[in-house]
Amino acid sequence: MINSSSDNVKKLNSINRRMFITGSLKFLIMIGIVTRLFSLQVRENKKYLTLSDKNRIREWKLAPVRGEFHDYFGNVIAGNFESYQLHIIPEQVEDFRYVIYRVKDLLELSDKQFKKILKKKNEIKPWETLIVSDNLSWKKFSKINNHLYDLNGVKPVISISRNYPYKENFTHLIGYVSQANQNDIESTEAIKKNFVPGLKVGKVGLEKSFEEKLIGSNDIERYEVNAFGRRISQLEFQKGEKGKTLRLTIDTEVQKLANELLKDKAGSICVMDIYTGAIIAMHSSPSFDPNLFVFGISQDDWQLIRNDPMKPLVNKTLQGNYSPGSTIKPLVALSALENGIMNTNFTVKCTGKTEMYGQTYHCWKKKGHGFVSLRNAMKQSCDTYFYEIARRLGVDRLSQTAKKFGLGEKVFGNLFGIEKKGLVPNTQWKKNALGQGWLLGETIITGIGQGYIQTTPIQLCLMTAQIGNGGYKIYPHIVTNENDKISPADKFTPLFENSKNIKIVQDAMFGSTNEVMGTSYRSRIDDPKYQFAGKTGTSQVKKITEQERELDLKTFEIPYEQRDHALYVAYGPYKNPRYALSIIVEHGGNGSTTAAPMAKKLFKLIIDRDKLRKSMSNNRYLEV
Amino acid sequence: MYSTDGGKILFHTKSHFTKLAVFTIMMLIFSFINIKYWFSIGYLGYVIVVGLLIWTYLFGITSSGSQRWINLYFINLQPSELMKIFIIICLAKYFHRMKLENVNSIYTILTSLIIILLPMGLVIVQPDLGTSLLIAISGIAVLWFAGINYKYFIYTMLGFVISLPFVIAFLKPYQKLRVLTFLNPDKDPLGAGYQIIQSKIAVGSGGIFGKGFLKGTQSYLEFLPEKHTDFIFTLFSEEFGFVGSLILLIIYSIIIFRIVAIGASSRSYFAKIFCYSFGAAIFVFITINMSMVLGLLPIVGSPLPIMSYGGSSMLATMTGFGIVMSAKVHSQQLIA
Repeated sequence: MINSSSDNVKKLNSINRRMFITGSLKFLIMIGIVTRLFSLQVRENKKYLTLSDKNRIREWKLAPVRGEFHDYFGNVIAGNFESYQLHIIPEQVEDFRYVIYRVKDLLELSDKQFKKILKKKNEIKPWETLIVSDNLSWKKFSKINNHLYDLNGVKPVISISRNYPYKENFTHLIGYVSQANQNDIESTEAIKKNFVPGLKVGKVGLEKSFEEKLIGSNDIERYEVNAFGRRISQLEFQKGEKGKTLRLTIDTEVQKLANELLKDKAGSICVMDIYTGAIIAMHSSPSFDPNLFVFGISQDDWQLIRNDPMKPLVNKTLQGNYSPGSTIKPLVALSALENGIMNTNFTVKCTGKTEMYGQTYHCWKKKGHGFVSLRNAMKQSCDTYFYEIARRLGVDRLSQTAKKFGLGEKVFGNLFGIEKKGLVPNTQWKKNALGQGWLLGETIITGIGQGYIQTTPIQLCLMTAQIGNGGYKIYPHIVTNENDKISPADKFTPLFENSKNIKIVQDAMFGSTNEVMGTSYRSRIDDPKYQFAGKTGTSQVKKITEQERELDLKTFEIPYEQRDHALYVAYGPYKNPRYALSIIVEHGGNGSTTAAPMAKKLFKLIIDRDKLRKSMSNNRYLEV
Repeated sequence: MYSTDGGKILFHTKSHFTKLAVFTIMMLIFSFINIKYWFSIGYLGYVIVVGLLIWTYLFGITSSGSQRWINLYFINLQPSELMKIFIIICLAKYFHRMKLENVNSIYTILTSLIIILLPMGLVIVQPDLGTSLLIAISGIAVLWFAGINYKYFIYTMLGFVISLPFVIAFLKPYQKLRVLTFLNPDKDPLGAGYQIIQSKIAVGSGGIFGKGFLKGTQSYLEFLPEKHTDFIFTLFSEEFGFVGSLILLIIYSIIIFRIVAIGASSRSYFAKIFCYSFGAAIFVFITINMSMVLGLLPIVGSPLPIMSYGGSSMLATMTGFGIVMSAKVHSQQLIA
């Protein structure tokens, strides 16, 4: 027993000693855990608190309300309307199949649309919103509302969408909006910042150019969510700002007339204030209804627009490169006068054709004009006269003048991505671009606006405006508020050496419209209030063969694609001029018969509305 | 528990409190049972639980990939949890009568190792690495207090460290992932690292005083996984903060201290060795669970005694407490 009891004592000593070691270890470990707790909960509390908030708080952005476009008189030309939409949150619907079939019946959805909706439903989470329809008619919307009692979980929603009340009138100018794609998001910071699924952004035109001003900012909803992303409760609602409304210099009435005049024709009309550079109207035809694009264009409509031979998708005012034809003649004359090549007494004998450097050049009038001076040559648009002075002037001096007046350069700078520069050729250009030397024959046809030279309708309008205002530089613009900021230093700097030369050209243009034998005499307005001065142009789209020249076909006898383009540029009223315009009708045949009569109607309206416009201007315009 | 059900008395809450009540009564009843009786069923209990483990292996219920439970119709029993206690009773009995000089004999050591390794193996195949490690720790605690030479522990430790790379090579992919995740949880924040990151966020965001009872956003909004079982401490410290956690730790410390004190005042060697070992085991369970949710150890499935939801775990813990209290009541009892 002694033995065993001493063993017991030993055992007790051993176990107690080990208990002591264990106890100390426990104490150390406890301290370790408390230290860890302290470092997590007290020292790094802020960090983890933010992380926890990041976990539980999620933001939902709502589509911002887009800024509007107003015309000069405050009419809404691109606005917002309340669109009626139908949303379903699948999770809140007891019997989804029943409800969706019921909705299908009520909305008379086609099987294709129906399948699309079902596909969309499968792609989203059950608590996310399924947009069944984003633009319901009022009739269908009220029908749904009347049947709401057995459509549990279906939500009729009034949402804000883009609307273009004037339909095809402003399509090329304003552009249109449509669902933002990856490209839009990546290229524009403002879209990236405000992006929400279904966001509509400007695709072309001013809608695209001023995206950052128009887009506004999102409404933001903050929700507490659980780990699966389900909303538990709303914490905050932050109202976004509506995008900026832009007031344009456009006059809707003039724009509408331009659209009407070009109905069923391909072409462009633009009207400009010759002192401020404000664009009064700018239309490219044929046009299309931009509203089609807002909710996604149907395949059929798209094919119709895309395959139209008159190319409605091209903004001809800015993108159309045309040979200016005879509309270049005032500039050729001005260049010749400025460079002292000739004076007003200089005459050329026109016999209907002239031989130069072994080539025959024809005047449009077979019999010829006889002896013509500058004024008569302009009036009757004698080609022979301009062949001669172009020959004496040379293409390089002509191109200098042309460039000074805005040809060969983008009129709106980078405002429209699509705008074309046109082409003002000279010897250097040909050597660089084509690697060939300039031929003298090319100078001669450049004198009547054929050959390499290419201009856009807006450039011709600017050129005419700068002749009309006495030869001073202006900067065209479309948005009123923009003009306040940008005031280029060289605005109103003279583009001429001698103002007398401008007067001579102006007088010749007056003759061309208002005197007997003038090419646009038939389109004149005698009332000095409306009287305008202009220059017709007919630009060939192909070289006329000798055979065809013999045939001397009437316009309607030639196939559409081979007919000449009809052009007309003018400014008016002749006394106290204010507005300039350029008209081009593709394959319209003849400038004096097709384009000039349009100018008559336009000037009537423009000048009638001049008073109203001035009263709106709040002394914005310089009174000249 | 109340918190985990979102402030409503739902299944978890009710069940937990019912079990707590039932097992507390059971614990009180156990405490009146003479410690002699516990001594006498030492081997039998161990054999029964091993039998249950084999039963589990053959006919157990499979849930989330492992076969751990057996259906007793009124309760789904997890025998591996019971083994944590019964291995202590068994080994305590084994060493009770042994002379100190015999303790370090090869025969003794081998026998005790077999006693430990048998249930471990049965649990590992379930597969449940965490519980099997905890069983091993319970067993090793007894060996430690029984007086096995220090050098064996040191050798084992060294051996473990050396064999660690080989052990890792034999681990199941998900277990390997857990170890790797522990080393660098940010590597895969939405996958393997998710639990530990969310747990740390929850604890850390609790701050000094916590977000308040029922206001733990991490757990409520279900960012926290398994919040009512292994991650109950996370929930607790998110809602009650550093101060609350400290109080909880103090309570646990008092419980362990009491267990050890009861052991110290017991006359019988069996009671002493059981109390010390049980105290050490409970301590290890608590610290492993806490270290795990605080990101100090890799995630192994180990419940927090008493707090975690789970009947078997509570049954085992309460049985242990019952025996400790029995040791207290019958502290003067000598066991021949």
